[in-house]
Amino acid sequence: MICIKNIKPYEQIEQEEIERLKAAHVLRARLQYEKKPLFRGYTDKLLYVDLADSKIRIDDIPGQVKEKFIGGKGYCLRYLWDAVTPETRWNSPENAIVMSAGPIGGITQYPGAGKTLVCTISPTTDIPIDSNVGGYFGPFLKFSGFDALELIGKADKDVIIFIDGNKGTISIEEAPLEAGDAHILCEQLTLMYSDDEADRKNVAVVTAGSAADHVNISMLNFSFYDPNRKVVRLKQAGRGGIGRVFRDKRIRALVCKFSGIKADLNKPHNMSILNKTGLKFHREMHDLDGKQNNMRKIGTANIIEVMDAYDLLPTHNFKFGSHKDIDKIKSTVFIEKYLTQGAPDGCWYGCSMACAKAADHFLLKSGPYKGQRVCVDGPEYENAAGLGSNCGVMDAEAILELNFYCDTYGIDTISYGTCTAFAMECYENGILNKERTGGLELTFGNIEADFELIHQMGRGEGFGVIVGMGVKKMKEYFIKKFGADPAFLNDIGMEQKGLEYSEYLSKESLAQQGGYGLTNKGPQHDEAWLIFMDQVNNQIPTFEDKAEALHYFPMFRTWFGLMGLCKLPWNDIVPADNSKTAEPAKVPEHVQNYLDVYEAVTGTKITVDEMIKQSERVYNFQRIFNIRMGKGLRVNDASPYRAMGPVTEEEYLSREERYDKQLRELQGLDPEKMTLREKMDSTRRYRYEQYNRMTDAVYKRRGWTQNGVPTPEKLKELEMELPELLEVVNQVLSN
Amino acid sequence: MLLNDRQYDFFENGITVQDVIEKMNYIYPKLIVKVNDRLIEKQDYANTPLYENDDVKIYHLLAGG
Repeated sequence: MICIKNIKPYEQIEQEEIERLKAAHVLRARLQYEKKPLFRGYTDKLLYVDLADSKIRIDDIPGQVKEKFIGGKGYCLRYLWDAVTPETRWNSPENAIVMSAGPIGGITQYPGAGKTLVCTISPTTDIPIDSNVGGYFGPFLKFSGFDALELIGKADKDVIIFIDGNKGTISIEEAPLEAGDAHILCEQLTLMYSDDEADRKNVAVVTAGSAADHVNISMLNFSFYDPNRKVVRLKQAGRGGIGRVFRDKRIRALVCKFSGIKADLNKPHNMSILNKTGLKFHREMHDLDGKQNNMRKIGTANIIEVMDAYDLLPTHNFKFGSHKDIDKIKSTVFIEKYLTQGAPDGCWYGCSMACAKAADHFLLKSGPYKGQRVCVDGPEYENAAGLGSNCGVMDAEAILELNFYCDTYGIDTISYGTCTAFAMECYENGILNKERTGGLELTFGNIEADFELIHQMGRGEGFGVIVGMGVKKMKEYFIKKFGADPAFLNDIGMEQKGLEYSEYLSKESLAQQGGYGLTNKGPQHDEAWLIFMDQVNNQIPTFEDKAEALHYFPMFRTWFGLMGLCKLPWNDIVPADNSKTAEPAKVPEHVQNYLDVYEAVTGTKITVDEMIKQSERVYNFQRIFNIRMGKGLRVNDASPYRAMGPVTEEEYLSREERYDKQLRELQGLDPEKMTLREKMDSTRRYRYEQYNRMTDAVYKRRGWTQNGVPTPEKLKELEMELPELLEVVNQVLSN
Repeated sequence: MLLNDRQYDFFENGITVQDVIEKMNYIYPKLIVKVNDRLIEKQDYANTPLYENDDVKIYHLLAGG
């Protein structure tokens, strides 16, 4: 086991090199501003930057926006709506990238409070995407005087936007010489904008990576400086291609510098409640994490082998839920051989969950940094499942290598895994071959081909660029260019609304099929993760039960995004007596903690119902935003059959006993008298019908029409009768 | 025996809560176990016998990333 006290510091880039890069900067615009102090979590200011004409502006955030949209994702969506039209696409100049930390964001007393929410019109879905990311940028932005940042327009050369929150300056600088890859670029800029070694922790950088110039599935890296390792760490706003939009605007990086982090920077209403609530949680973390999820040793990757044991670990493009070689990538392999232990690995100050694990001095075997030793941030569970088992890569070092290159190239690990797994299945079915892939033998488990694929994305070459378009566009391409069967590709292509599925097998959980399919942005599990409640615990057996869960949990979890909070401290640790509560799955004591923290920061006391209502307003706003962009209806909530049941004979036969039993018990059929084809067809019909009936129940519970449209009555109930929303709703209802 | 409101036929005399957990390969650590609505603490899993008509609930408190 590797311990932090034995980690040697990383080598730094020479100061001469930093000076050379800096000397090439050309100042385009600079604004000196007077910083408005925070009050109860808010500055009520938006920083607006138009890249096209290097305009920098500071706007007041109106009271109505604050009241209805709260902050974080709410602010991002509100300002994005105002920036775009129904015709706006990801690369339209008016498309905005909006970031906001939320009113609780930046507190240091309660864990997981350093999150930034980012929204834009996605290149893969053509609707708003939202992503939630750690790192220091969001809190630093807020302490520099801004509740939100809006970026629009496109620069004609690569630029850096630099915010100095202590001096009160914002500048746009041409930056022609900086690196494209995130691990180097973030280090260059951390060194460039810090005064000395002690100052490095006061610099936060947002970048994409070199692949973001070429592929849609690219993300944003948010940095923080790790003084224990003396290295820049990276967290990711992964989903939906935000990095692609960032680079299309020719933004090389955002840099925010702020020194003087202390406990009361949010100017909270009641420090005493904040301290007391935080302390209670830290004690819980200290006493119980080792008996529960081991977040402080392995982070979210603690569930790799758990998912495998319950047949839920996506394997070979979501065909199966377990793999015979699971022992090679289970969490203990990473803990014992790769991940440094004993480090305070929080991605924001005060996070005692400390789950941002890293593999130090990891030796790379491929690509432009072959032979170098680097710090790999991860793996998260999603990385291990997506880059690993779903592609048949049952090799811990290959997972770490792909994890590193995804991060530095600016590629979303989840989309990369799901896209590559799809391409591999297409290869194994003869839709692709070496000629079509430019020589890549993309079979499941071919690590060498996998490595080459990711480096092609980084270089913007070859078949990597095709895979990097995303599953939806790959399907269209393979149908058009190679005459592939559309029905088969739509069955096995694990995307919905244009977003790739995250890494859980939902076939045996109808509620989780809804947790993926009945989402706003597409199949990302951050809205609802109901597999165990449904499939294993059988706690939500009826359509109405599932609908209630698919109302409460997405609304509850949306609230984290309004506040600048991380979801993990909610239920990846639970109080010792949680099992004695009426609804343990909701972790009632932690919900109360959040209400207490909200009151402590903002001075406003709210109930659980009011908390849910805050989320519902933004959730319905996002749904109507989707409708405004030409999506957001029932047809857009349909799922690929691979997410619902066995597509191929191989899949059915692999779990034949289970499926035959279901034919008998659920449909009253006798599988002994049926052909395999008949059994598969009956299973498919039944599962589609179940999904439709559940969709009916969920829409009803959410106050939507059977076409998935929020009704004017629902908007009235939510006090969201905004003219622009009613216009969209009334138009679609009158059609 | 009813486990999470589903009928299972693996009941045998002398079976305990711990045996059921192992038989079902429930490896996740955060479980809530109730037998006929009575909460069973982790340290009692191995010494809590089950009977044929028992209503057993084993809930996993796992809710994704």
